[in-house]
Amino acid sequence: MRFSIYRFNPEADNEPYMQEFDLPDVNSEMMLLDALLRLKAMDETLTFRHSCGEGVCGSDGMNINGRNGLSCITPVFGLKEPVEIRPMPGLPVIRDLVVDMSQFYHQYRSVKPYLVVHDPEPEVEYLQTPEQREQLDGLYECILCGCCSTSCPSFWWNPDYFRGPAALLQAWRFLADSRDQATAERLDSLDGPYRLFRCHTIMNCTDVCPKGLNPTKAIGNIKKLMLKQMT
Amino acid sequence: MSYGDSSIPRRRFDSLVIGAGGGGLRAALQLAQAEANVAVVSKVFPTRSHTVAAQGGMNAALANVLPDNWHWHMYDTVKGSDYLGDQDAIEYMCRAASHLVVELDHIGVPFSRLDNGKIYQRPFGGQSQNFGGEQAARTCAAADRTGHAILHSLYQQNIRAKTHFFDEFFAIDLIKDEEGYVLGALVLEIETGEPILIEAKTTLLATGGVGQLFRTNTNARINTGDGLAMALRAGIPAQDMEFFQFHPTGIAGKGMLITEGARGEGGYLLNNDGERFMERYAPNAKDLASRDVVSRAIYLEVREGRGCGPQGGYVHLKLDHLGTEVIKKRLPGIRDTIMTFLGIDPVESLIPVYPTTHYTMGGIPTNRFGQVVVPLQQSAEEPIPGLYAVGECACVSVHGANRLGGNSLLDIVVFGRAAGNHIIDFLKENRHHRAMNQEGVALALERLARWEKRGDGESVDELRQALQSAMEEYCGVFRQEDVLQQGVDKVLEIERRLADVTLKDQSKLFNTARIEALELENLVDIGVATVVSALARKESRGAHSRTDYPERDDEHWMKHTLFYKEGRKLDYKPVRTKPISVDSFPPKKRVY
Repeated sequence: MRFSIYRFNPEADNEPYMQEFDLPDVNSEMMLLDALLRLKAMDETLTFRHSCGEGVCGSDGMNINGRNGLSCITPVFGLKEPVEIRPMPGLPVIRDLVVDMSQFYHQYRSVKPYLVVHDPEPEVEYLQTPEQREQLDGLYECILCGCCSTSCPSFWWNPDYFRGPAALLQAWRFLADSRDQATAERLDSLDGPYRLFRCHTIMNCTDVCPKGLNPTKAIGNIKKLMLKQMT
Repeated sequence: MSYGDSSIPRRRFDSLVIGAGGGGLRAALQLAQAEANVAVVSKVFPTRSHTVAAQGGMNAALANVLPDNWHWHMYDTVKGSDYLGDQDAIEYMCRAASHLVVELDHIGVPFSRLDNGKIYQRPFGGQSQNFGGEQAARTCAAADRTGHAILHSLYQQNIRAKTHFFDEFFAIDLIKDEEGYVLGALVLEIETGEPILIEAKTTLLATGGVGQLFRTNTNARINTGDGLAMALRAGIPAQDMEFFQFHPTGIAGKGMLITEGARGEGGYLLNNDGERFMERYAPNAKDLASRDVVSRAIYLEVREGRGCGPQGGYVHLKLDHLGTEVIKKRLPGIRDTIMTFLGIDPVESLIPVYPTTHYTMGGIPTNRFGQVVVPLQQSAEEPIPGLYAVGECACVSVHGANRLGGNSLLDIVVFGRAAGNHIIDFLKENRHHRAMNQEGVALALERLARWEKRGDGESVDELRQALQSAMEEYCGVFRQEDVLQQGVDKVLEIERRLADVTLKDQSKLFNTARIEALELENLVDIGVATVVSALARKESRGAHSRTDYPERDDEHWMKHTLFYKEGRKLDYKPVRTKPISVDSFPPKKRVY
């Protein structure tokens, strides 16, 4: 199977280039990560992040034939050849497929992604009905792989101002939590033309999310809640 | 590339935490909230740590579903450990459990809920009511993504507490002084390839397990036992390394974990005759017997020709009778995994499963305050000043010879918090940094410099595969003297070959090949510890099954193994059978 992979080591290369690889004996059981690991066994300078191998740690986001995804849960069979693999777009490249995710993490931290409760703590758990808990499904499962934010044109243009789909999904995850008591502060901090409202519902985020989550819907929910609080 | 000592940047903190899984993050949170100046070093971004992959849940006797109390939990854990667990630490953990689950709820963990609004609990293996009676339901769950939920919440709280993170920094070695104090660690910034010295009054190792020692495992690629190997090189023994848990239900041939919660929700195992074979091996607990028991049963079914599939190489896990609703609501993560890696839906198909290396019961010897303890002049358990360890890299020992499902997430938060508290006290009495040991720094730098060697040699990848295959072949589920002896020879040969391995990639920048080389060194050190310890233990207990010594031998072997790297020396210390406040559970025959 043929692969065309983005290579760039700023220490050695003047500019990035695409390197062609030919991998024999690819079978239908293999994921793209398995193929990359075999290529790395042949050329150990090929550089990418990976860890759990089953789509839960979020390390191996990359651009596969023009679409962001996790290599460990992308079957190689069915990918158009040569399989073109590039780093996730819009972030500075450190080396090969490894990008600098600082801006992505900064935006995540900026939405205060933690439960805020002002009341005194009871000695037992907070009560939450199964229906209230269900509001968190589709939100808490985010693995921070960055596939969504780095496929979002609004995030490409304004990675320093626009929170991006991943961070906004987490903003909604806490707004939607019946235990949280910081609704007003959370909404205030998302006001203004950039942080939330740069989302133009292009929906690339939802289209590529490897966990099947829907940041566009979460962003819509934040906007709706904002309107409700204003009236 | 060369490192003049004076050129190494230095950072100073009160407390250094190495590893950002649940144990490290829980300790860091305790420290940051006490306004200690804390640095967390992690070779991956914190939420990529392997705690994220824990599925089924965390045990605590909340009694939200069935009657329960911490003492029953303690009994089950002692029995599950096959009486190798230390009963003071087990009492401490089981007593603390409910409080810590409530605390996790308060910091935002999205636990699944019961109709009355309380935390959902499911039955898990090895759990009983009333000291060996009816099945208990003790495992608090966030669907089947409990580890993910806990790890993310702990990271989020650390953001709030302004913990200082060194993301993607790889720890090379501990630095000790002549009096035995630990002064911090030399770490490598992966992005730049530059070493940094982190000085700290206390250092906590929370680097996780060593599942990568075996070919087929449920573990992430990062689980290479870095902290344990650092401890070994610092002269600290590794405790009980012969005890590796094989999880009964990894996806056959691939290793991805299918949570025990699948059986907790009512799933069961079938052999090729369609027989529910666990009824023969564990008449009461059946499919919810302890993991060592279920793994051996699967292995025997396959060996005796009752395996499923074209080669008869696995058994089936049946979930299709649970109904779509239960599977979607309680087991959505494993459904995804099964659909992704097998192309089948557990709602309608049987799942091929086989025992897979899962958990490292052994590790760095500690007491229940997280202090690393070693035999010195006075006793078998003297603390090393300034050094702590928690979680899978440590051996408290609450899991003994076999860990119960749902006890590892509990272990990391209980002892992460306990270590944090003890460190806070230590910092009050040790207010100043001690003088740096330059020789120690130079030694650690040598470990890095070794990989500048060029020329032709075996690759890291080849040697790692050789090690993983040897461990699986010679030190697997069932063990015996001659096979283990061959295993020792094989692993020692791999240790010799390691000296000739070279790196083709000599770049400084984000050099993952170099990280893998350093990880391989760690794996080899631990591989030696494991086979040597396994060869010496002439009995069967928990996960260590010797076909030539099939019985447990309490008279000679109810003791902890201590393996020293230097001279591959073995030593032993007694099990702490005396709990803190209740009566001891004396060993008895372990049946489920």
